[in-house]
Amino acid sequence: MNNELASYNMVEHLLLSNSIELPGEVERKVKRLRRETVDLPVIYVGSGTCGQVAGAKETFAQIQKYLEENNQDAELVEVGCIGMCWAEPLVDIQLPGRPRISYQKVTPQKVTEILDATFNITYEPKYILGQFKNPIIEPWEKIPYIEDLPFYKNQKRIVLEDCGILNPVSIDEYMAHGGYKAMANTILYTTPAGIREEIIKSGLRGRGGGGFLTGEKWHVAADAEGEQKYLVCNADESDPGAFMDRALIEGNPHLLIEGIIIAAYAIGTSKCYVYIRSSYELAIKRLREAINECKEAGLLGHNILDSGFNIQIKLKNGAGAFVWGEETALINSLEGKRGIPRPKPPYPAQQGLFNKPTVVNNAETLANVPKILKKGVDWYTQIGTEKSPGTKIFALAGKINQPGLIEVPMGTSFRRIIDNIAGGMKNGGSFKAAQIGGPSGSCIAKENLDTKVDYESLAGIDAIMGSGGLVVADDNTCMVDLARFFMDFLQKSSCGKCIPCREGTRRMLEILESITRRPQDNNHSSLDRFKGIMQLEELGKVIEDTSLCGLGQTAPKPVLSALHHFREEFEEHIFDRKCRANVCRDLRSYYIDVEACTGCTICMEKCPEGAIIGTAHHPHFIVEDKCTGCGICYDVCKFDAVFLK
Amino acid sequence: MEDKIKNILTEYRPSGREDLISVLQLIQGTFDYIPEEAINVLSQEFSLPPSKIYSIATFYNQFRFTSKGKYHIKVCNGTACHIYGSEEILREIEKQLAIKPGQKTNDGMFSLEAAPCIGACSLSPVVRINSAYYKNTTAGEIKEVLQLYRNNEEQ
Repeated sequence: MNNELASYNMVEHLLLSNSIELPGEVERKVKRLRRETVDLPVIYVGSGTCGQVAGAKETFAQIQKYLEENNQDAELVEVGCIGMCWAEPLVDIQLPGRPRISYQKVTPQKVTEILDATFNITYEPKYILGQFKNPIIEPWEKIPYIEDLPFYKNQKRIVLEDCGILNPVSIDEYMAHGGYKAMANTILYTTPAGIREEIIKSGLRGRGGGGFLTGEKWHVAADAEGEQKYLVCNADESDPGAFMDRALIEGNPHLLIEGIIIAAYAIGTSKCYVYIRSSYELAIKRLREAINECKEAGLLGHNILDSGFNIQIKLKNGAGAFVWGEETALINSLEGKRGIPRPKPPYPAQQGLFNKPTVVNNAETLANVPKILKKGVDWYTQIGTEKSPGTKIFALAGKINQPGLIEVPMGTSFRRIIDNIAGGMKNGGSFKAAQIGGPSGSCIAKENLDTKVDYESLAGIDAIMGSGGLVVADDNTCMVDLARFFMDFLQKSSCGKCIPCREGTRRMLEILESITRRPQDNNHSSLDRFKGIMQLEELGKVIEDTSLCGLGQTAPKPVLSALHHFREEFEEHIFDRKCRANVCRDLRSYYIDVEACTGCTICMEKCPEGAIIGTAHHPHFIVEDKCTGCGICYDVCKFDAVFLK
Repeated sequence: MEDKIKNILTEYRPSGREDLISVLQLIQGTFDYIPEEAINVLSQEFSLPPSKIYSIATFYNQFRFTSKGKYHIKVCNGTACHIYGSEEILREIEKQLAIKPGQKTNDGMFSLEAAPCIGACSLSPVVRINSAYYKNTTAGEIKEVLQLYRNNEEQ
């Protein structure tokens, strides 16, 4: 369908010409690509990674099969993630003359039912999620608007605006929605210094965690001496439980490319790298396709849009390591070395990749840039708080009803995010803690729920924004175990350069392990283990003070913050040998209900420790000292007589 | 094997050390792991001692030095999956197959990996076996799945 009008024609009319009137042919195409009204039914399948894990591929194949078997004409489009990961696989349908509607959890079995309704020009109410607002068409009756759903109402989607809506690998569609116009205006009509000023004025801060002013960073690099400079886009998010950049690239790679071109122009470089995790197969594929589209349309390469500006984007696949939050480590990796941080100063903006001035920007930061320029600095600074303008994307996960990808204005409270957007706690559980900022972030407790999420307020409760992981825990989560889990991860991620980080994290892990395990010998008295806690605090402070890079400086944070908020849970583990969430396996105590036990002897036979005693047809008994908490008796009991206390 | 590695190099034409990691990725893409021969060939190509190449390759999580099993099991151990009990699942698999993460069963059928995050946090806990995903899964379900694979193989 792209044959009728090549992309470079679109570029000419949409990007280069300033007249509002478009030639008929272009206008028709733009109209069709904007899909305000359609001639054929359009079926959109949410095919981000989360969608695919949920089975979007099978659903897609089933829809294709249905269309073929029933000889139906329809346009089938794969889109990115719209953020509602809890409702995947999502299928949207737009009928001619009707607004687009969204179906949730469309497994292959539901396809026939839904499509039967669709081709009868109606809808299947059972699986409906909502309809999109469309000003020029009469809405469906009795279907709520998507944007009125609590999940969306409390969000402000700027960067993710088009994710899950547009075809991610159609440059024409992106341009028809106003894409690349900000880039064209920048490189044709603005000076690099002007753009930097604009971004400084907007107050945009790095979304990777540090929160440094993006425009300032560009300034330093632009002012640095030397002809050759580099721009590196960090899309290698390595936090477990964070998938913001991936979903962004899968859903709208052109937005990132537009941001990169503008940033490169502002810094005065023609060489850009996108560093992206090799396991993000789908994101890499879509980004590569989008880059090729840009090259064909003349938006990347030599003398783009006849402006005299050259630009080249190279994809580098990261081989996996957590230390990439530290930009100097990322730079070493790009040079083909071990990803070990370098001392600062000199800062990368003065001496970075191949010792040339280098700007490292997070993907989300760069994706903000075209939006700011398109809608204006004044519009942008009104969103969020005074010192932290704009929005932040979070990957929301854990024990909540609606996990997904959200974008909220800075200054939104945790309570609002959890109660309204996330739909509250799962299975009516009660909130215990939330981990913000990934493994090296900190946990917040109930009393911090009304804290606002912006750089300043978070610093006030000794927490960090991080890159955007937000995991919510309920009463069934053990905070000691969670601290141990993070420490295990960080210890494995430590690059090994600084001794406090390399050895210190290992010692901290050992202390946490000894708290969560049953002591093997009796020499390990509770007092010794309690001393462990004191050492944790001391050790944590030393690691924070003496490590070179951000990883080490923040590594003790999850443990120290858990200790601060949940000290009594640590003490319970030590003195009472009890894990109130029953997560720490070694500390579980099983009991047999004498009323329910029939004396079938099966648990006694299966117990690997010989901890169960009793005679046939009489209730059995578990010897607590011998029990290791393996839970086999619990699994094998047919009478539900074994219980945890 | 050496010829194959050399072919990869002639095709890619690395311009310098900055391409080392990409070349290692291509080699792993071809062989499924980094064979010892590759370290030596790359050492000559990049004029670096083999120890240096090995040190770089071992730094990154992506590189493996033994081949995968016929069924490669990836247990997601991200934060969300951990909260939902992924360690119990991992322990069950370790028990069933008698291997630890990073190892392969003697018959070459299964290999096990604990992945930092698969990226489907809304469906935790998630286990991936080759290209099939098991979402919102439990230790019990995975036990049955492993048995199923075993039975299929025996037939």
